[in-house]
Amino acid sequence: MKLKTFKVATMALACSAMMSAAQAADTIKVGVLHSLSGTMAISETTLKDTMLMLIEDQNKKGGLLGKKLEPVVVDPASNWPLFAEKARELISKEKVAATFGCWTSVSRKSVLPVFEELDSILFYPVQYEGEESSKNVFYTGAAPNQQAIPAVDYLMNEVGVKRWVLAGTDYVYPRTTNKILEAYLKGKGVAEKDIMINYTPFGHSDWQSIVSDIKKFGSSGMKTAVVSTINGDANVPFYKELGNQSISAEDIPVVAFSVGEEELSGIDTKPLVGHLAAWNYFMSVDAAENDEFIEKWHSFIKDEKRVTNDPMEAHYIGFKMWVEAVKKAGTTDPEAVQQAIIGVSVPNLTGGLATMMPNHHITKPVLIGEIQDDGQFETVWQTSGMVPGDAWSDFLPGSKDIYASWRAPLNCGNYNVKTSKCSGQNF
Amino acid sequence: MIKTKLLTLAVFCFWSVISHASNETLEQAFNLLTERSFDDKSQAIKLIAESNHVSSVKLLESILAGDLYYRKKDKRIVYAQKEESKLRIFDALTEEELDLVGKRKVKKIGINNRLRAELKLAISSLALTHPDAEVRLKSVEGMIGKADATMVEKLNGMKAIESDRRILEAISAVIAFSVLADGTREQQLDAIEALQGNLNPAVLSTLRQLGETTESVEVRRAAQKAVKNIESQVDLYGYIETLFFGLSLGSILALAAIGLAITFGVMGVINMAHGELIMIGAYTTYVVQLIMPNAIGLSILVSIPAAFLVSALVGIAIERGVIRFLYGRPLETLLATFGISLVLQQAVRSIFSPLNRSVETPQWMSGSLEINSLLSITYNRLYIFLFCLMVFLVLYLVMKKTSLGLNVRAVSQNRAMARAMGIKSEWVDAMTFGLGSGIAGVAGVALSQITNVGPNLGQAYIVDSFMVVVFGGVGNLWGTLISGLSLGVLGKFLEPVTGAVLAKILVLILIILFIQKRPRGLFPQKGRAAEQ
Repeated sequence: MKLKTFKVATMALACSAMMSAAQAADTIKVGVLHSLSGTMAISETTLKDTMLMLIEDQNKKGGLLGKKLEPVVVDPASNWPLFAEKARELISKEKVAATFGCWTSVSRKSVLPVFEELDSILFYPVQYEGEESSKNVFYTGAAPNQQAIPAVDYLMNEVGVKRWVLAGTDYVYPRTTNKILEAYLKGKGVAEKDIMINYTPFGHSDWQSIVSDIKKFGSSGMKTAVVSTINGDANVPFYKELGNQSISAEDIPVVAFSVGEEELSGIDTKPLVGHLAAWNYFMSVDAAENDEFIEKWHSFIKDEKRVTNDPMEAHYIGFKMWVEAVKKAGTTDPEAVQQAIIGVSVPNLTGGLATMMPNHHITKPVLIGEIQDDGQFETVWQTSGMVPGDAWSDFLPGSKDIYASWRAPLNCGNYNVKTSKCSGQNF
Repeated sequence: MIKTKLLTLAVFCFWSVISHASNETLEQAFNLLTERSFDDKSQAIKLIAESNHVSSVKLLESILAGDLYYRKKDKRIVYAQKEESKLRIFDALTEEELDLVGKRKVKKIGINNRLRAELKLAISSLALTHPDAEVRLKSVEGMIGKADATMVEKLNGMKAIESDRRILEAISAVIAFSVLADGTREQQLDAIEALQGNLNPAVLSTLRQLGETTESVEVRRAAQKAVKNIESQVDLYGYIETLFFGLSLGSILALAAIGLAITFGVMGVINMAHGELIMIGAYTTYVVQLIMPNAIGLSILVSIPAAFLVSALVGIAIERGVIRFLYGRPLETLLATFGISLVLQQAVRSIFSPLNRSVETPQWMSGSLEINSLLSITYNRLYIFLFCLMVFLVLYLVMKKTSLGLNVRAVSQNRAMARAMGIKSEWVDAMTFGLGSGIAGVAGVALSQITNVGPNLGQAYIVDSFMVVVFGGVGNLWGTLISGLSLGVLGKFLEPVTGAVLAKILVLILIILFIQKRPRGLFPQKGRAAEQ
């Protein structure tokens, strides 16, 4: 009798061990490549949590292709070369089917060769400067024509702005964006003397003279606006200084491309009310999908006060698209998914549809919002339809003639329509 | 008797008709307010302002402040007060309490910048009849360049009944400005005369235009003269402003460096975790504000001793736990304290999350002291400048007048001799390090008012702090103060010419050149001990 019990117990044990082994082989691994320590942890930790939530949610619905999804989280610690190492680890060692990650452009540039060499897939969720289209990267954030250009159009046509301050942090995204904007403004007949360009170092905290310059520049009698590509931490002292020197949004509005709900949650927003931001998603948008997403986020993170923001929506869209593409292809093989995902449409959180374009960018609505005193945005303007992302800007001399399409027969991210040649280089 | 009664009745009827009419306009306005379109809301704001209802000003102000909502189910306009995560709503007309509702049951009356400007103008035009002279003055001053024809008409009427001299002057300035650009020749000349010495930027730019474009030679000459007059003042105030900017930046540099002047300057410990001690001070401010959310103004004052204590204790723990084993081995100290700084950063990330924390600025520290329309000094910078001087003074007295100060100076000059005289050098080391760390914590309280409170706060200031101490002369408190202030002023005078990035580089190059020439900094320590 005793022996029998023992045997049954052993069998049960063995059985369960086998089952768990079988289950381990039966999962699809998804890589999450976001910094959890170092300077960028402030922005990227939230995106890691978003991915975990999306994966958990998909597993509750029964997984994908009959298998469970398994997140593999690594920490590249805001260290650009480490991003490449961790990406290699995810693809070669962990054999992930796709990776969701990166925030800064420099981290994306660092992992790009790895993804191309090992032929895997990366979903990149942040607005960026454009001028890139890789076979292995899907850009779910905004290209300049989906954020910067419509924002300037709004200021020019609806607010009547005649003088422009382009203020940015000194690195590649602001420099490229401002180059595009400068060319665009000059094309619209704005004179050289009515554009003031200013760069500041990362984490700049003493804005007194610059704000005072902006005040002087704006007191000429012509309506002035600031287009800000100031990044991250430097925004708080900048807005504080604006408030203290009593520059209100009615006099000189500031439209920012890097300030979202998450950044505002760390600031006392009273002096900021009325300043603008251009994004493709606001937490305050009235849409059923958005309400559901916010509710899920709050119950996942167990904190009613946490906000949602634009890059989170980008991951939401990217993940849904990847799931649809895998279902369509019937496999997680990168080559097949890359073919299947082009043309896939999924609902976004603002009540529309996002479609993956052949240039690996997606369609998005552009919203302009004014900051409210509760740290949320009130949408004051939006594009009437979806704007497709343009990888190569039409306003830069070097990239005007370049066109990207990853569909046969072109299959090229850098095709020059004038010389009819594909340079083969993606960045 | 009957007559009186009749009269009363008539007056009553008349009054009720008026109030009925204004109620009707308000109702019409309320219907428009619930529309999505900003044009409709703009119409509603005009109606509310015109209705002259007793609660017009309150309504307009609460739209501006974002306290006016409407209930989704019956579109009733309500005031709302936050109560935990819910809203208590009151009827906008009768002010009777209605309900306690969830956030998604009501919708805020959203406004944009155009409406905000309209609201402010409407409120200030209603404020023209305010009993308080200061309110009237402010309202008139805000109208320059914004008043339209009807407003000028209104101001003209006001001239007759206003008695305050300053307000009358302000009214004439607004009226003069309204004819400056396109009045007759006589009007323009009078206007230029009236606006002589007015520093409002709108006046200057219009005068400038007038001086270049207008046809009449007389007007042009008068305008040019006025412009020249104003511009010389603009230049003067520009210099004063830059000087203040420089001093304020300098005071922050000095404040961040002054703790380091003790640990590095006096003790000779290269403490790479100094920035993190500043960060701990800033986080202490945040925690104190969490504990006393209803007294933000007071919380800053409480934070100063609290931050001093917390940072000093952490500093003493670092000294006792790590640094005391490494005296005389600067390279190892540098590496060990760098490691500690990383540990402290990640600890803060784990405890408080990697997101920045919001530290509120008390009312008395926000806004600016307006000296005239060209020069205004922001209060937070002014207070931090004074605070820096105070901290310096206290520290100076501690070092010169107390027995702790005496012991510290004795140990730093000649450790062996001091020990021979019976000074417990280990205890002095711990106290000195604690003092330096505590001062860093106090600097953190000040920094929490002007920059982000996040795990990376310290990193931004560590290089600058070392720069200030080395430039000022190691071991000299005066040197630290002077070098901090002069680096700040230098940077600010360079910035308009070269831009912020280049200014920073130039300052660094200048320091390197200076150190080549005078390796001991501005104020080198003298004496035999310093020569070793």
